Amino acid sequence: MDAQNTIVINGNELPFTPGETILQVAQRNSIPIPTLCHLKNATPTGQCRICVVEVKGARSLVASCAAPAAKGMVVLTESPKVIEARRLVLQLMLSSGNHNCAVRVSDDQEWSRFQLDVNQYDQSNELCPVWGDCELQHLAYQYQVSAERFPRTDVPYPMEDINPFIVRDFSRCIKCGRCVQACNDVQVNNAISFGYRGTDTKIIAAEDKPLKNSECVFCGECVQACPVGALVEKNARYRVRPWETKQVRTTCSYCGVGCQLNLHVKEGKVVKVTGVEDVAPNYGSLCVKGRFGFDFINSEERLTTPLIKEDGEFRKASWEEALSLTAEKLGAIKQTDGPDAIGVLTSARVSNEDNYVANKFARAVLKTNNIDHCARL
Amino acid sequence: MTNTIGDLEEADVILITGSNTSENHPVISSYIKRAVKFNGTQLIVVDPRRIKMTTFASHWLRQNLGTDVAWINGLMHVIIQEELHDKAFIDSRTKGFEELKAMVEKFTPEYVEEITGIPAQQLIDAARLYAGAKNAAIVYCMGITQHISGTDNVKSLANLAMLTGNLGNAGGGVNPLRGQNNVQGACDMGGLPNVFSGYQPVTSDAVIQKMEAAWGVTGLSNKVGLKVTEMIPKALEGELKALYIIGENPLVSDADLNHVVKGIDNLDFLVVQDIFMTETARAADVVLPSACFAEKDGTFSNTERRIQRVRKAVDSPGEARDDWWITTQIAKRMGVDMDYENAEAIMAEIAQVTPSYGGITYDRIDFEGLHWPCPTADHPGTPILHKGQFPIGRGNFHAIDFTPPAESTDEEYPLYLTTGRVIYHYHTGTMTRKSEGLNERVPENFVEISSKDAKAFGVSDGDTIEISSRRGKISAVAKVCTTAVSGTVFIPFHFAESAVNMLTSAALDPVSGIPEYKVCAVKLAAAQ
Repeated sequence: MDAQNTIVINGNELPFTPGETILQVAQRNSIPIPTLCHLKNATPTGQCRICVVEVKGARSLVASCAAPAAKGMVVLTESPKVIEARRLVLQLMLSSGNHNCAVRVSDDQEWSRFQLDVNQYDQSNELCPVWGDCELQHLAYQYQVSAERFPRTDVPYPMEDINPFIVRDFSRCIKCGRCVQACNDVQVNNAISFGYRGTDTKIIAAEDKPLKNSECVFCGECVQACPVGALVEKNARYRVRPWETKQVRTTCSYCGVGCQLNLHVKEGKVVKVTGVEDVAPNYGSLCVKGRFGFDFINSEERLTTPLIKEDGEFRKASWEEALSLTAEKLGAIKQTDGPDAIGVLTSARVSNEDNYVANKFARAVLKTNNIDHCARL
Repeated sequence: MTNTIGDLEEADVILITGSNTSENHPVISSYIKRAVKFNGTQLIVVDPRRIKMTTFASHWLRQNLGTDVAWINGLMHVIIQEELHDKAFIDSRTKGFEELKAMVEKFTPEYVEEITGIPAQQLIDAARLYAGAKNAAIVYCMGITQHISGTDNVKSLANLAMLTGNLGNAGGGVNPLRGQNNVQGACDMGGLPNVFSGYQPVTSDAVIQKMEAAWGVTGLSNKVGLKVTEMIPKALEGELKALYIIGENPLVSDADLNHVVKGIDNLDFLVVQDIFMTETARAADVVLPSACFAEKDGTFSNTERRIQRVRKAVDSPGEARDDWWITTQIAKRMGVDMDYENAEAIMAEIAQVTPSYGGITYDRIDFEGLHWPCPTADHPGTPILHKGQFPIGRGNFHAIDFTPPAESTDEEYPLYLTTGRVIYHYHTGTMTRKSEGLNERVPENFVEISSKDAKAFGVSDGDTIEISSRRGKISAVAKVCTTAVSGTVFIPFHFAESAVNMLTSAALDPVSGIPEYKVCAVKLAAAQ
């Protein structure tokens, strides 16, 4: 091993390539370091301080997401000092808003005054909308902290839910800035940024306008990036819990980018869509249609039975009846007017398998090459 | 695309033309915007509208509608004049350079300015930037193809890339963005009148013999069939008697709709297979309900030729069935057995008869899709086409002269109209207009108009106005905005009740048969 380029993490000597951060070296070697503000493929901000590690010889703890690995560095990722620092960060975050997961007040069997207050604020009789799907909650459990160490701070800004897609709940925002990076560095829609200062800090759109009056195009990259319950899909909020759903990976059916998405299915219905991370072509990114435009699947207007027109009106028919009639009519026209009197329009919307079968049907069954689709339109 | 989507971040210069990328391919636009923001990539946008991407561009060239061959020839004129072309690439990999050189001779920046309205100096600057880049990518979309000169436009862009050696290199290439999820796949699978799957020509005896053997049939036709834009006139003339339409809505999406309606009405038999009662389905004799993407297994091939899995997540409603199942059931009743156990079995047959898909199996593409050509089971796929060599040997330069669009403005119809999509809706709106949220963002049709034109025609923002062309009229709400450039208005085509294709011209590109959606002449009036 080239001693020039190795560091020691928790006693393990590990190689690194110059420019790699401590966090990257650790992650590559499956050494867990918790993160909150860190967003993959974006410039580290070191905002949240949860990823701090102890570096031998350094005067204070170091944010591993931003600190480059250096030759001979000796790093401890879970030393008592590190754990104490992380607990403090978590305690401060938990005290600042409506984090009404069970960990906030851990011992009491009863619902606390605080939880009841938050329920009222949320107009819900359930715990936080991202309970069980929250990185802050997960870390609070891991490091066994509750929020009782610090007095609760007031919720500084009201919730924004006046757009059709995204609820912005500032009471649960930990100001990690992941959403800002998702918007500015990943999608580059440049719609949101940090506004105001100090304890007044708020993630703002334009000059602190509602999202719908800003540059926002509702791609939802920020929602997917949010580690807590500050940004949640409006239609899924309090309606969809991760343990109630199964996820099925598929390919988006809108434009030709072919984004990989997960359909979240609850009780036989698609209730939420997220982008599949770490895989081409979209690496988790989606647009407003891919993420929020799935209502049509469950639409009442879907065709559910074959229909045959009689005297200008449609009536329901069985598959046998509709298929036989179609075969009979096409067969008769082929017989009397020849195969080229029939045309097939296949579709840029259906699968390769569907298209291949349509192509075979036109050519091998009808015996015509009159087949096309809307590529030109 | 000759290159991949991810490859765009490798480009030193990106030229976007005829693509409103941030609205129609938002995720691809992010790749381009990141390249500009973080990699120092320079962006040239050539577009008649002040689209969002122009704000990321160092150069925005605003051409008159339908004048693309002229500015592309103009760029090549400057590049050759200033000897910025890639002589080694031209010598070793192309033919026809002298003819091209002779053709672009007359396309001086001044002459191009006369035709396109692009100031001569802007053209020169853009030419130097594009040709000076180590790797320059061209990105285009329907703004290039939906013209009577669509094929010429595409060939001209290919000329430009070859002239500067930008084919077969990472960060280069000629990259059409496909507008629909599986338009690439529909073409690959033989959903075209002249080719079987994998672009094997129907006119080749060898191919016919191969397919007859594979399918166990005889008498396959070797006569090129009708394009969609030829089927409608044939229906009107009574030569085409029946149409089987799968997942298409030509009664909203096609140009010159009055004409289309008449053609469809004149059919003896129309069967439509769809997920909704579309405008086209309403005209049918038989409607067959099909499963949507979330309800089926299969594959889509994306704009970068990547074959990706589609997986069933939920059951289809009622009796709706997979499209392929429905088609095979009709076949069976016409005496041809086309049974498949499932979609995977169809892919096995596709791989067998389609050379470019020969190595594709569901197992191989389970985690990440592969780019065709992928001829064998151990072939890694082909992310970048034309590396080292073109399939035809040497790349052909096409010497192409400028031809003006089919329609121009006059005293009665003084404004140009161009059409397209908006980010919140998709195509004819059958899917997106079922979404409350998307409808809330863009609830109704609109006409985008510059403040100068609005003033000249006495139109205010929010007015409902009537827009007429030589073929029809519709009404829509005026949206006075900076995206529109004076002299040209824009209307999206998502709205059946106010269908812009009542206005558009059905003049076709003679080769591809694409209608000229992007140019027609209109007038405005206050709504009655």
